[in-house]
Amino acid sequence: MSKAGLEHYLGEHPFFRGMRPKDLAWLAELAEPLALEVGDYLYREGDESKDFYLIQEGLVRLEIHTPGRGELVIQTLGPGEVLGWSVMLPETRKTFDARIFQATRLLAFDAAAVRKHSEEDHHFGYELCKRFSRVIGERLQATRLRLLDLYGQPH
Amino acid sequence: MQKGPFVLERSGLLQLLQALKAKGYLTLGPTVREGAIVYDQLSRLEDLPIGYTDHQEGGTYRLRRRGDEALFGYNVGPHSWKRFLHPPILRLFRARKINGGFEFEHEAEALPNYAFIGVRACELLAIRVQDQVFLGGAYQDPHYKARRERVFIVAVNCTQAGNTCFCASVQSGPKAQAGFDLALTEVLEGDRHYFVGEVGSERGAEVLGEIPHRAALPSEVAQAEAKVAQATRQMGRSLATEGLKEMLYQNLEHPRWEQVAARCLSCGNCTQVCPTCFCTSVEDHTDLSGVAERTRRWDSCFTADFSYLHGGSVRVSTKARYRQWLTHKLATWQDQFGMLGCVGCGRCITWCPVGIDLTEEVAAMRGAHV
Amino acid sequence: MVNPISYTPGQDPMQPRPFRVVRAIRETADVVTLELEAQSGPPLAFQPGQFTMLYVFGVGEVPISISGDPHKPARLVQTIRRVGLVTEALCKLGRGDVVGVRGPFGSHWPLEQARGGDVVIVAGGIGLPPLRPAIYHILHQRQDYGRVYLLYGARTPADLLFPEELKRWQHTLAHAPGASPVRVTVDRAEGGWDGAVGVVTSLIPVLPIDPLRTTALMVGPEVMMRFTISELRKRGIPEENLYLSMERNMKCAVGFCGHCQYGPHFICKDGPVLAFPRVRDWITRKEV
Repeated sequence: MSKAGLEHYLGEHPFFRGMRPKDLAWLAELAEPLALEVGDYLYREGDESKDFYLIQEGLVRLEIHTPGRGELVIQTLGPGEVLGWSVMLPETRKTFDARIFQATRLLAFDAAAVRKHSEEDHHFGYELCKRFSRVIGERLQATRLRLLDLYGQPH
Repeated sequence: MQKGPFVLERSGLLQLLQALKAKGYLTLGPTVREGAIVYDQLSRLEDLPIGYTDHQEGGTYRLRRRGDEALFGYNVGPHSWKRFLHPPILRLFRARKINGGFEFEHEAEALPNYAFIGVRACELLAIRVQDQVFLGGAYQDPHYKARRERVFIVAVNCTQAGNTCFCASVQSGPKAQAGFDLALTEVLEGDRHYFVGEVGSERGAEVLGEIPHRAALPSEVAQAEAKVAQATRQMGRSLATEGLKEMLYQNLEHPRWEQVAARCLSCGNCTQVCPTCFCTSVEDHTDLSGVAERTRRWDSCFTADFSYLHGGSVRVSTKARYRQWLTHKLATWQDQFGMLGCVGCGRCITWCPVGIDLTEEVAAMRGAHV
Repeated sequence: MVNPISYTPGQDPMQPRPFRVVRAIRETADVVTLELEAQSGPPLAFQPGQFTMLYVFGVGEVPISISGDPHKPARLVQTIRRVGLVTEALCKLGRGDVVGVRGPFGSHWPLEQARGGDVVIVAGGIGLPPLRPAIYHILHQRQDYGRVYLLYGARTPADLLFPEELKRWQHTLAHAPGASPVRVTVDRAEGGWDGAVGVVTSLIPVLPIDPLRTTALMVGPEVMMRFTISELRKRGIPEENLYLSMERNMKCAVGFCGHCQYGPHFICKDGPVLAFPRVRDWITRKEV
């Protein structure tokens, strides 16, 4: 995808939609396309949070290894979803493994660069924070819904 | 057909009962039993609550002597006519086990023709309300229909109102307007004791033709009207119906629900005495001979079981149950059936063991001074 | 004078008709599908979304949604989850057993109105069976609809209903190659599950649809439907195009017993399928 094409793509994406053209241009400049194969790890538990990702295609599993029970799947994320909301916070580490379950194409955005740019341009940072807040909210809501065990047998 | 108002002497009422019996009707009407006026079989005038009246208040019902010989000198008791049209217990079907499966038995139900004697104006409306529930929609209840189609109605206008009555404010009474075969107003005047009557149907005219009666004098009609007007003035309660539905829909979380729930015993008395409450449940039984049957019985939205949905009840709190009952009567009923579910008879107030008064609850929610 | 009156199923909506079980399919640990045939009289024609009352001899009667093909009414297909006495008895039935059937009752999915646009079908748990007749109908007239998606959330992979059909629909429901119309997610992945893990509502934000021309049909636990509605509204689907199937205690199914009241609605006759605007003022209220 050309830089202009990427800018347009980001502008249309629900996550970035509404950001200023210069912000989109900056993000398009930063975006690093990645292609990963089944079984690859996008990152592992304990890794430093180096990037956040926009999944374009494929399926990524968030897993955690439990002795005796193997890999427990917490959640899967697919096309259109954003992964790695913790990049806005410095010096965080990943709490789950992210493993590729179906061949995945994604865009990676360098966390340190994003943080630095946000500090210099608070408008940009605020817009991004709002968007990550929504992602966090959605994750939290989904987690709460699953805590309810809605489909379980009534007791 | 008798066109104008007629007069029936006191003795003529017995002849009316006899004429109805001769036509094959089972005559039902008010009678005193266990300290209350209830509806049961009438065969003679002495079965009527002669000389009794009913003193009613929130949570109070007492029979008292009137000091005269009035036959219908009371208002309403714990019974309503729904017990005959929509029986408290009804068998819906029987099924019998046969070679690996079972089959339903479609037996005929033996049903009498009822004649209701002494139906109050509020009760006429209650019957119309239940007509709408059981006959007015896409489905008809054939059990109700069979009973309803055959009933002969002798309405008797109230000439006094009780402390819990509010028919005037919901426009159901005290005068019977429609839905009867014959309507009577009892007049006791010096030594005279007679009824001023009105014919409401061909059937009514036919029966009237078989008993001694005469055209009413204007003075007699005026007497009867004055008696009914007296009842209107005596209404112990009133319910403002203007904007009632909208008011309740806007106040589904009003603190008053919590307050009334603190007093409500969730006993369901109000639903059992209410002449419009129609809810039922079903019970399935089997016996050792391989016969199963299903019966329908009156139910109440005040029970925990009423709203049971796999795993638990939807309406757990008394607050939710009272809110369901009241908003159904006065608000959702209007959306469902195009009419109020309350006819102003006051039974729910009288028979509530703690005297909860729906007119008071509505007034409180409207923000009016109680 | 006494009048003998008899009530027959034709005149009396409270009278069941005997149907014989011709096939019982164990779908999961607690879900069974029964295929039934009328012992006499015409088969039971129905609209997708409707339900019947199933009676087990001497045990009782429960509302069960019809899960079969509306274009093949000869066999009445109903899917039952074991949650109480009557459903437990139903789940134990086998070929040759007899049940009483009343119905069909209630409102149906707006499949006519949905024609020409996209359709999003959202099922949670035991919510899939009442939607299956709508899927069958769409498959019969696939060209009448735009993009069609089935979003299905279950507790675990072992709880998934109709897994073979889900695979088939992945191809037959598709409007174009690679459309991936069937999107399944589970709350907890166990065994060799190779699909999505998460809540069904998380599948909605990324769905490629034309919101203004989309109709959504949903069945599931009430909380799930509330969140589903919230996500669908965020996508800009008009509220009047959101349809849900509600559940309440039912004894009669024809509006006489009063049990299924939900605000001004009788779920048995006004529902079970209701457009969202009709329940908007009630759905977040407690103990209605």
